[in-house]
Amino acid sequence: MGISKWDWETGQKTVVESLSPIEGHGWQEEPYVSPDGETVAAIVQVDEGVFSVRTNDTVWENTFDKIWGLKFSPDGRLTAICQQDMEWVLVVDGEPMGETTDYIWETKFSEDGSVIATMYKGMERYGVCVDGEPWEELFENVNQYTLSADGAHAAGVAQVQSLGQADIEGFKKGIYTVVVDGVRWPNKYLNVWGPAFDATGEHVAAQVRPSVHAYTIAVDDKPWAATYGQVWEPIFHPKDGSVVAPVRVAGKWGVAKDGNILWEPRYAQCLYLQYGKPGNKLWAVVAPSYGEFTVACDNAAWDVTFPVVTDLVVSPDGTRAAAIGNEDNTNFRIVVDGKAWDGVYDMAWPATFCPGGKNVAAMVEKDGKRIILVNGKPFERSFDMAWPPIFSEDGAKVLIRAIENNSYVRIVADVARF
Amino acid sequence: MSRIADRKVADPGLANGVASLTPEKIEKVVNQVLKGETGAKLKVYQETCMRCGLCSQGCHFYMSHDFDPSYSPVNKATETMYELMNKKGKVTPDQIYLMAQMAFTECNLCKRCAHYCPIGIDTGYIMSMVRRICYMLDVVPQYIRDTSHSHASTMNQMWVKDDEWIDSLQWQEDEARDEFPDLRIPLDKEGADVYYSVIAPEPKFRTQLIYQAAAIMHAAGVDYTMPSEPGWDNSDMCMFVGDYENMGRLKRAHFESAQKLRVKRIVMGECGHAFRSVYDMGNRWLGYKNSPVPIVHAIEFYWELIQQGKIKITHKYEKPVTIQDPCNVMRGRGLMDKLREVVHFLCEEVVEMIPNREHNYCCCAGGGVINCGPPFKNTRMEGNRIKAEQLKATGVHDVVIPCHNCHGGLEDIIGYYDLGMHGKFIGDIIYELMEKPEL
Repeated sequence: MGISKWDWETGQKTVVESLSPIEGHGWQEEPYVSPDGETVAAIVQVDEGVFSVRTNDTVWENTFDKIWGLKFSPDGRLTAICQQDMEWVLVVDGEPMGETTDYIWETKFSEDGSVIATMYKGMERYGVCVDGEPWEELFENVNQYTLSADGAHAAGVAQVQSLGQADIEGFKKGIYTVVVDGVRWPNKYLNVWGPAFDATGEHVAAQVRPSVHAYTIAVDDKPWAATYGQVWEPIFHPKDGSVVAPVRVAGKWGVAKDGNILWEPRYAQCLYLQYGKPGNKLWAVVAPSYGEFTVACDNAAWDVTFPVVTDLVVSPDGTRAAAIGNEDNTNFRIVVDGKAWDGVYDMAWPATFCPGGKNVAAMVEKDGKRIILVNGKPFERSFDMAWPPIFSEDGAKVLIRAIENNSYVRIVADVARF
Repeated sequence: MSRIADRKVADPGLANGVASLTPEKIEKVVNQVLKGETGAKLKVYQETCMRCGLCSQGCHFYMSHDFDPSYSPVNKATETMYELMNKKGKVTPDQIYLMAQMAFTECNLCKRCAHYCPIGIDTGYIMSMVRRICYMLDVVPQYIRDTSHSHASTMNQMWVKDDEWIDSLQWQEDEARDEFPDLRIPLDKEGADVYYSVIAPEPKFRTQLIYQAAAIMHAAGVDYTMPSEPGWDNSDMCMFVGDYENMGRLKRAHFESAQKLRVKRIVMGECGHAFRSVYDMGNRWLGYKNSPVPIVHAIEFYWELIQQGKIKITHKYEKPVTIQDPCNVMRGRGLMDKLREVVHFLCEEVVEMIPNREHNYCCCAGGGVINCGPPFKNTRMEGNRIKAEQLKATGVHDVVIPCHNCHGGLEDIIGYYDLGMHGKFIGDIIYELMEKPEL
């Protein structure tokens, strides 16, 4: 169900009055909430060695020997990785999706949630399982898989050549490549990391190690001519198909575009490249000097620096950005457009821009309480537990999903109230 | 005085690497590394070293080889890095073989010698840079090289596949529930206080350590989590190989895994070298002055739990024990007092090895030397007779060893010198003594 169809009536609703374990349950694990805030779920032990999932005040009829990896899809379906009789299957809203197998893990979703995938292992062979269907060809190993935005394609890094024990010369010949929808690239590399799709899902870029000391980016199996001391995750331009990636040259980091230097290497670090939807500006987390991190837009760094910067978020129109600054995992700040909001917190979660890009919201934690911020101002009260806020389509309201006094509540607040 | 050439050991990684070298390539790479990756520190070390030899007695190799100057730290630096600097890289492939053997297998990078140098020369750093040059020349012992390949490919050191890691945790959780019915190993629990990280030998063949850690966390009521995705292994043979590029990649995976789960800090198991990687080298290569997420070594964590009264034992360990001080968390972190407070809390009688604390001798396994594999086992055994003598002099049978590499190294020494002793992790002892539910 799309965000516009959620209940956006301003006010508070108590969805679950008491989150105490249901009578008879041995224990109840940590809660997860649906994107629309209408459902809270947790794995529960219903009997010794018997598990199920509680959703609000009901429990799935099916039980399992083991359950983990509870996740809501963006369209609100509840998924769990479940084991029964030594076999594993993805269970969606209480019903198995596809056949059981030796192991599954790492549940991922398409952007709209309509496609659900997991890693898959059967008969000691590895691949990706999309909507319950494993790839036709499986491999000796697959890891680092990713889904295209629409979920129509999946890619991972596959080991396509066996390696004997301590066979270092065999390794140097290359045993890895990218596999897309079960079909491998022809070239092999010493290592491949982090395959990424373009917006259409038709092209894949990845970090590759073509020889022992060389690193570069390969796009659809074509490595850039230039190699570097190290590279990080490439991204595609949302419109023109070009690829950019952080690259290390002579001990300094910059950005290369299609194999040519775009940002001259001058940073002690550069990572997490991002474009907004129009692709008009390129953003990154950078360290202009050792131990001092910030955000850069088109190679211009913000003035404010922190010992650590994470969770760069770019506004939909690409003109604004937010990030989290902290001092070695303490004294967290939300930084927007180069300025830190006033509060200093014990923890922070990634900020979110409203669709129009005007308002920014984030969740932080202070003294054990979760606080919802909009444009730096806190909601009127804090919570025992909460999840990151979500804006309505028009950006005028924010959905707060929280636990207070052992109840799970869903609050729709006007942004003007902050 | 012996010479390294007299004790050349056959190793395919060294031999194959050297076979493809030319003098021109050596010269180019040496000067590239010297110019691009070293600076005033190395030059100052070379120019101020008086060749006084006071570092010699800091080295267990020197002490164990009847004061053979060939094993003296100053000689190791002279025969390798200073030679490369003086000759400006104009050395032969055969010399590179011997330099690599010396740097990778006859120095544990333990930094004990730095305490004996009147001007504080850090020979461990010098030998690390020799290793870096050898890596850039593709001359690295086979077994440790394979481990670094595993690190680069899987983000763990033992080729553990992603599902095998999760499966190992779930298996240990199942096992532990026979003893602690409501025990959990919480996977990917966002916002937990503690992210517990281990090294790959634990899921591979020391799974009891995961069991024990889970039991201790459970009994102490620690709000912790373990990640289901790569990044869980804090160890780092890329660091010891000289593959700093993938050391950085590994540490990114580790720190980002913890950051993603919004934990307050990382608690690591009983491993020494991993601490060096996360606290000193890997983090700094990434551009961080400190660890971007605080790192707490198991010694310190157990000490905290004891101080807070969260570890309750039914009785003290009755047999006398001695303590191995792991180099990376003693000279690297200063945990000698906390280690003793933990061991004295748990054990009736402690017989100290002499010397001890920051002056304790290395286990001879660390610095990646044990990871160089069977070809160099004798190098470690003969190179640490002093440790065998130290152990034997305590007269005890049990050694508390809060480090994986030290465990491997000391168990080998104990067997080779027939000492009849046995190593224990702190976690082994806590688990043995802790209060457990009556079933």
